Amino acid sequence: MIDILAPLRFSSDRDYSLHGPARETAIEAGLASADWYRTPVDRKVMKELMKRSDGPALRDTAIWVALLLLTGALGVALWGSWWAVPVFAVYGVLYGSAADSRWHEMGHGTAFKTRWMNDVVYEFASFLMMRNSVVWRWSHSRHHTDTIIVGRDPEISMMRPPQLILLVLKTLGITAIPSEIAKLIGHARGKLSEDEADYVPQTEWPRAFLVARIHVAIYAAVVLACLIAWSLLPAMLIGLPRAYGVWFLIVVGLPQHAGLAEDVLDHRLNARTVLMSAPVRFIYSNMNYHVEHHMFPMVPYHALPRLHEVVRHDCPDPCPSLFAAWREILPALLRQLRDPDYFIVKTLPHGANQQARP
Amino acid sequence: MNWTDLCASDDIEADDLITLEHDGHLYAVYHTDSGEYFCSDGRCTHEQVDLGDGLLMDHLIECPKHNGRFDIRDGSPKGAPVCVALRTYPVRIEIGRVLVNLAS
Repeated sequence: MIDILAPLRFSSDRDYSLHGPARETAIEAGLASADWYRTPVDRKVMKELMKRSDGPALRDTAIWVALLLLTGALGVALWGSWWAVPVFAVYGVLYGSAADSRWHEMGHGTAFKTRWMNDVVYEFASFLMMRNSVVWRWSHSRHHTDTIIVGRDPEISMMRPPQLILLVLKTLGITAIPSEIAKLIGHARGKLSEDEADYVPQTEWPRAFLVARIHVAIYAAVVLACLIAWSLLPAMLIGLPRAYGVWFLIVVGLPQHAGLAEDVLDHRLNARTVLMSAPVRFIYSNMNYHVEHHMFPMVPYHALPRLHEVVRHDCPDPCPSLFAAWREILPALLRQLRDPDYFIVKTLPHGANQQARP
Repeated sequence: MNWTDLCASDDIEADDLITLEHDGHLYAVYHTDSGEYFCSDGRCTHEQVDLGDGLLMDHLIECPKHNGRFDIRDGSPKGAPVCVALRTYPVRIEIGRVLVNLAS
């Protein structure tokens, strides 16, 4: 499949593909499917943290869907007036940003106790994010196996040198739809990229192609509705919010790993926990506790604040705010433009257990 | 049948599991909330992760790394990303010991 964003990338000697020499280097170095450091946590405490229930996710999903319906309906009612602009701005964030963390949590299967509830919301959120639910499930599984291991992790969002032009275009929502639709059409035609074929088992391919065909059919219906009504409104509700609402996801989500070490087996060194306000954590499903999530993916999103308290003695200090996180990240990204080997070294607290350093 | 003594039945709390090595192979022994015992291979068939830190929910074991699930009664995969069944072994409890037929 063709990477339509390739012409926008800076050229670099670093190879992040999953089928290039970096893959072999990672395997030879013992970085693939390796044992990762985890802060020791008493089994009883961990069992309590891992405990599943439907209540929190039912509440949060109901609020999310209700807000989507409310702002969507309000947007339709106000269509044609300038009042629709702020309403769609909120709708866009609920759609193109909040759906990402729902996709993520449901993909892990930890948000609800009841499996089918996870699966239903997972498929819905995948559709909103224009993601093939089958392909992305396996992509994310690999991301957890080989987090920020070059040549193995398909979800390294800030490669070195940082693709800052692409980052700006992504934040403005310009690249999301062409790039994701191109992938979906490829899947609908029965094709996976070389990287995707590396981590999606062949037995899952027919399901991946079916999901893509369903998504493409729905998006085609939306385009048809726009043409029949000769209005952008149907696409403002379904499809376009993936573009105009994604900026928030990039602001809160990029700090997960940006500027940090590659090729280490310790999430304290390649992931970042950022303290955020309750409304932002609602939209982001507590994924700001990212070190904790990677260390213990079994812990549901609603228990991550408690897990944070349990392991914080053994982890680097969290960034106290989003502003602080970006103040740490931006200079590092700018420096990586000149020196792609540079990264932020996270300081472990005194007395913390040490693990493999980059 | 050839039964191997793997551990004491009270080594495992109810609604939990332990993993232990025997003859260089890792096994998982489960003790359900209803008092039943089961045994399977101790590593997930997906990425060979030790299941010992996983979560037991009734008859489902969830892998601690990728959240794949198996039914501990027959090892059948019950949720992505696992596709291959976990090998299971017959268990019986005798005088407070967990005996497993590893040859089955």
